[in-house]
Order: sequence, then structure tokens, then C-alpha cells
Amino acid sequence: MTRQQVLDLYFMDARCKLIELAAFLDRVERASGESDFRHEALVKALEHLSLNEPSRAKQVLLSLSDPTSEPIAAAPGKGACGAWPGATPSAP
Amino acid sequence: MRYIEPHAHMVSRTTDDYEAMVTAGCAAVCEPAFWAGFDRGSVHGFRDYFCQLTDYEPKRAARFQLPHYSWLCINPKESEDMGLAREVLQIIPEFLKRPSVLGIGEIGLNKNTRNELTILQEHVDLAATHNQLILVHTPHLEDKLKGTRLILDLLKSDSRIHPSRVIIDHVEEHTVEMVLDAGFWAGITLYPESKATPARAIDMVEQAGMRNIWLNCACDWGRSEPLAVPRTALEMRRRGHSPEAIDHLVYGNPLRFLSQNPRFQLA
Repeated sequence: MTRQQVLDLYFMDARCKLIELAAFLDRVERASGESDFRHEALVKALEHLSLNEPSRAKQVLLSLSDPTSEPIAAAPGKGACGAWPGATPSAP
Repeated sequence: MRYIEPHAHMVSRTTDDYEAMVTAGCAAVCEPAFWAGFDRGSVHGFRDYFCQLTDYEPKRAARFQLPHYSWLCINPKESEDMGLAREVLQIIPEFLKRPSVLGIGEIGLNKNTRNELTILQEHVDLAATHNQLILVHTPHLEDKLKGTRLILDLLKSDSRIHPSRVIIDHVEEHTVEMVLDAGFWAGITLYPESKATPARAIDMVEQAGMRNIWLNCACDWGRSEPLAVPRTALEMRRRGHSPEAIDHLVYGNPLRFLSQNPRFQLA
């Protein structure tokens, strides 16, 4: 596809998701109480959007991933929350 | 259009979903064993589940002339209880003889624990002993990268395992290359929130090539879309992919992988 075709097909969808993301960050900021590692991880992942190469999706996913390599001793639960809490888990 | 749905948890879906899938061109559906949303209390619960997968569910699908196949295992979400997991592993061989069973799956990891890894190894032993195809589940979200690496290391270290007979499912942009580069098949799962959207799935296929990739909906009791594969085929048409290329991806590829088990026959 040409860039023009990609824009014709996906610009409105991307625009919608970008505004949703901006509104979400505003909502978090307006809310009371403490935030947690998920907010920080999301804001940090946004830095990868300004890359100048077509690997932004991969870099965002890597940024939100557990980078360690050893199996853990026991499962803290069954679910995943979408961002790695760090070496000392403080899952929400 | 015709397609094969290689990964769907139909026990969680309504009969209307079967009808919609067949109407959309589904030629066969394959159902890996998975977590029920709660931990089963004993091996008897798994025996009943395996009977449901290999007896009742094929009959339900047959009402719509849809061939139904299954894969058997204890899901990694229940592998932390190694005692129960080993009891379940002991009953699987008797079900492997049933005519609609394609292999061992979906095995893998969930939170990347030592117990999960031990039970994964025992499933791989079982598959190798019985010369079965393998379908692997990779972990969710932040656990996927690490889990995929651990799974690949385990599989590559076992000389009995031929990568061409293993599909590693739920790949995303950060894991698809490592799976394909190691010679395994890769599955892309289409979900509304987690995993991949149709647009991202096609991006991955366009970049990685479609030789050893299949698409699946993995519909279950959570937010999921039983028609995600044909909807993605429509998205490919919007991008200008040819009907032949679409057919290759959504029909030819799963047919090629699954036909490694001669039981897999289309009506």
C-alpha cells in the first residue's frame, strides 16, 4: 500500500485511539489518590512513539514486558495486568 | 470465502456461534483444552472435560456439518498444583486414541513459574512419546516475552521435538520473529483488547511473511470474537491482498500444519 492509502484506511481510527489515550491520561491526572507502576509504564512506553523507524509497536511491547529470564518460585496469581511491576511485585 | 478456525474454545460458546462461523465459511474448528475460569478440583473434572471435547462437542458441531477436532492437556494456569497436573497427565493417553484428537495443547506457561515449566516439560515428554503434534500457549501481556523465551529454550533443547510439528500461539510483534526464526509455526490470536487486532495481525504477516503463520480467534468465555478470522480476511481485502493470498493464510496454512496428523480431514 502507498502511504496515502494507509492514511485513507487508518487515520481516523488512529486519531480516535490517540484522543482516547490522551483523555485517559487526563482522567488519571484529575483523579485523586496514588497512581501505580502501570501509569508510569504507559507514560514511559509513549516515548517509543517518537522513534523514526517502523518498530514502534514492538518497542512498546518490549517496554511493558518482564525483561528477566529466570522462572519465578511461585505464581502470585493467575492474571497479567499489562505492565511489569518490577523486581519487587506490587500488583494492583 | 473458506477458512479453518484452528483455535476456539467452543465449549464456552453458544450454538449460534457455530452457525455464524459456518455461514462465514468455516470448514473446520479445532479446540485446545484450556482453563475453565476456575480451578478444577480433581482429575475427575478433567476426565469429564476431555469427554466433552472428544465426544459431545464434535456432535454439536456436526449439526452444522462442521468437523470439530481437539487438543488435550492441563492448562498452565492449573499447573502450579503439580500433583493434580500429574494425575491429569496420566489419563491423557487413553484419550489420545479418540478419532478427533490432534495432539497435545494448549500447553505452555502462564506466570513463568518453576512448576509450570516442569509440567510443560512433562507434556512435551508425553507428546514425544506418543508422536503427537504440539500446540503451545504463550503467556499474557507483560509475561509473554519471558515466557516465549523459556518455552523456546525448552523445546529447542529436546532433540525429539521437530519445530515443524509445533505451533507457538499468541505471538505479537515482540515475539513473532524469534518463533519463526527457530523454525516453529506461529499463531496470531485476534482479540478485541489483548493480543492482536486484525490490522496488527496483517502488519505482522506482511513483515514476517505468511509461510508458517496461522490466524485464530481463540474465542472463549471472555471478551473475544468467534468471527475474528473472517473479519481479518475482509481487512486484508481492504488492503488489496489477493483472494489467493487470503486463502493461503486462513485456509491453506492451517490445513498444511494440521494435516500432519492424518486424522485431520475436511468434509
